Amino acid sequence: MRKLFHFHGGIHPPSNKTQSTQTAITSAPLPTKLTIPFHQHAGETAKPVVKVGDHVLKGQLIGMPDGFVSSAVHASTSGTIAAIDMQLIAHPSGLPNLCATLIPDGKDEWVTLNPVDYRSHSVAELQQLLRMAGVVGLGGAAFPSDVKLRIGKQKIKTLILNGAECEPYITCDDMLMRERAAEIVQGAEILRFMLDADEVLYGVEDNKPEAIAALQQAITASKSAQQNKSHEVIAIPTIYPGGSAKQLIRVLTGLEVPSGKLPTDIGVQCFNVATAYTVHRALAHGEPLLSRVVTITGNVRKAQNYEVLIGVPINELVALSVALSDTNGYIMGGPMMGVPLHAMNAPGPAVQVPVVKATNCVIAASAKLFPPPQPALPCIRCTRCVEVCPADLQPQDLYWFAQSKEFGRAQAFSLFDCIECGACSYVCPSHIPLVQYYRFAKSEIRAREYDKLLADQARERHDYREHRIEREKREKAEKLAAKEKAAQAAKLAAQPLTPQQQTEQAELAARREHIREVAQSAVEHPEG
Amino acid sequence: MFFSPFISKPDSVAQIMLKVILALIPGIALYVWYFGPAILVSITLASITALATEAAMLKLRNRPIGPFLKDNSALLTAWLLALSIPPLAPWWLVVVGTAFAIAIAKQLYGGLGNNPFNPAMVGYAVLIISFPVHMTHWLAPQGLVLAELSFAQQLQYIFSGVLPPSLTLDAISMATPLDTLKTHLHLEESVQQILNMPIYGHLGGQGSEMVALGFLIGGLYLLASRIISWHIPVAYLGSLFIIAAIFHLVDPTHYVAPLFHLFSGAAILGAFFILTDPVSSPTTNKGRLIFAAGAAFLTYMIRVFGGFPDGVAFATLLMNISVPLIVLYTQPKVFGKKGKQS
Ligand code: SF4
Ligand code: SF4
Repeated sequence: MRKLFHFHGGIHPPSNKTQSTQTAITSAPLPTKLTIPFHQHAGETAKPVVKVGDHVLKGQLIGMPDGFVSSAVHASTSGTIAAIDMQLIAHPSGLPNLCATLIPDGKDEWVTLNPVDYRSHSVAELQQLLRMAGVVGLGGAAFPSDVKLRIGKQKIKTLILNGAECEPYITCDDMLMRERAAEIVQGAEILRFMLDADEVLYGVEDNKPEAIAALQQAITASKSAQQNKSHEVIAIPTIYPGGSAKQLIRVLTGLEVPSGKLPTDIGVQCFNVATAYTVHRALAHGEPLLSRVVTITGNVRKAQNYEVLIGVPINELVALSVALSDTNGYIMGGPMMGVPLHAMNAPGPAVQVPVVKATNCVIAASAKLFPPPQPALPCIRCTRCVEVCPADLQPQDLYWFAQSKEFGRAQAFSLFDCIECGACSYVCPSHIPLVQYYRFAKSEIRAREYDKLLADQARERHDYREHRIEREKREKAEKLAAKEKAAQAAKLAAQPLTPQQQTEQAELAARREHIREVAQSAVEHPEG
Repeated sequence: MFFSPFISKPDSVAQIMLKVILALIPGIALYVWYFGPAILVSITLASITALATEAAMLKLRNRPIGPFLKDNSALLTAWLLALSIPPLAPWWLVVVGTAFAIAIAKQLYGGLGNNPFNPAMVGYAVLIISFPVHMTHWLAPQGLVLAELSFAQQLQYIFSGVLPPSLTLDAISMATPLDTLKTHLHLEESVQQILNMPIYGHLGGQGSEMVALGFLIGGLYLLASRIISWHIPVAYLGSLFIIAAIFHLVDPTHYVAPLFHLFSGAAILGAFFILTDPVSSPTTNKGRLIFAAGAAFLTYMIRVFGGFPDGVAFATLLMNISVPLIVLYTQPKVFGKKGKQS
């Protein structure tokens, strides 16, 4: 038996997982329309490489990775590109994003696929293949996997496959592990190969015995994995947020990722089990990331997991499970960290938004399942929040600083080490929406830092312009002929921002404003 | 809809406060058993005063009255204060003390969650400074004094100050065991001689030691149900024991045995119910240990060398002042900032 370690705190919310594990994963039917965002991953938006009216095949590249941290986007089925414009997506800001609208032709016709044997390629080639296959982390953050595999000279000792799935209700990883363990193990072996890791640890919470057994079996059966004898499935205690990367690393290895550092800095890298599955599909079958498993659960007639094409409208997907009549909203993600989706026309992201690579679960909500929060009372310093905080923070102090807008002190008290897991809010007897305050404080601090950056840039630009004008004067006297050229340059320097920068800034400002409003409303009406 | 997390533990401030109040009941039951039902009158008086004062102050401060009255925190303050006042004290003493505790020590500081001092102990301090005489006439355990009052006579005395003819206050009341000890030590008697007096029992005072035991049971319930953490009670009682033991070992004729200190006065009540008030105690575990040890030290010093009959209240208030400082210097290490890899 391997020695496991503890992290501080954690909670045991009712798991509510069995509802959606009674049926095997089912393929969701082709919808009438797919909305595929070009920004489904952390980093830069992919650049559209198709035009409106183009006919595309299933798996055809439609968005080209643009920038170091970026990923490709593909057509999830064959059909016609009907529009490329701004559409609502499931982002907390509720702002629209660039999307391609794809009308399926019903043929589901593939492009020519190019499977590769990973052993016959260099790591750099494999990274490029994954980037072009649109492989990103499927655990929630959607961070491009190829970037996580570019580790430079660091030695990776341990590769961790995260199958903890600690959030209540969500079972997509559980079902994937039960049904497709062999492919997960093969994907894990590819990742191990790319990182040159010594060992592969699968961390699965002990409330998923079927998944654990399936993985163990797959490891025994797999030739390459057995050769290495380095793969090991480890049942970890069921405690939220045990699936959070840093907490999982701690439990499995006893190591703490230093604040502000990456797991690779301590020789560990962590991938979700579903990501490993996708890596295998992308290389061994040449299939880009076109679909994922999504749990539909909560206030529905038949909770279950679906294999869903990226871009399917969430409302069409939920309809398959038949939401009950008292459904009053939807949660994308789990009940601890998920994003609320609203009914049509209400502010914020609506339930018509598409499934994206990060969508792991949609929960139909009702007043019975998720009663509205009770009115908040003042903090009584009972420290129940402290007891459960997995980051060893003092949530009641952070709350106090956020509320009184003492952002400097909030930062001094490690606000940015908060992983927004919500454990503190969960236990607070005063029903204070603590995490909401932290989100607010973080966005305020980031906004201020951004403002400062802009101001610095503006000052630099101004100084540069002054300098230019000075020089012009000098040059004017000296060299009359150069006058025109210099003036032109000065004009260029004086121009504050390119149109593209301007739109970027406007968008950022709007986003910020919205987050601020949302957080503000929580701050001002904590009872609401 | 609202924001994540969308689920929460079914727990509330009102429930927590209620559990603390319920945990007082074994001690109160034994109180009634040994000293008669007069204490119930003070508790009722204090409760009514507390709720009325809380409501009036919330109204003045333009705060919603309903949710705050229902949080049970005023009630808890009332009960703790009533338990610190002699049951035979005139009714207005209870009313004045409670009103002060709620209006000044709690609401003027911003109400629930914002009071730096334990309101019940502020109420007690005000009373003992302003009405020291009234605060020292305690009921003797039944069977130990010349005359006993019936419950009707007690009520009459509490509300009108009139005693049955031929009885004096001294005939029906006495000083607390701690107070008596101190007085007699001043008369150059030895601890051993003094403890032979009939008011002393096995651990502390006759009767009052049993009440303390009742509070201990309630306190253990609070620990078991994780309403409070062990740090404060253990550090407080442990430190008090150690300090008392040191003095006792050096000079047993002048310094009473440590167990006597634990089971006398408000030590047990303080350890589990008063010092553990979350609002006015430290939020870090290390801080709690320091806070409780400091309170134990002060309790002992005030009891043995000070001018007041008990030291729990002033020790609490003095340590309350230092809470922000203690908390500042006992911040635990954040995840990833521990500087050690294990
Ligand atoms: S749990 Fe809530 S009431 Fe208790 S200390 Fe934390 S924020 Fe304050
Ligand atoms: S949300 Fe932040 S402060 Fe609250 S428990 Fe999680 S990590 Fe700690």
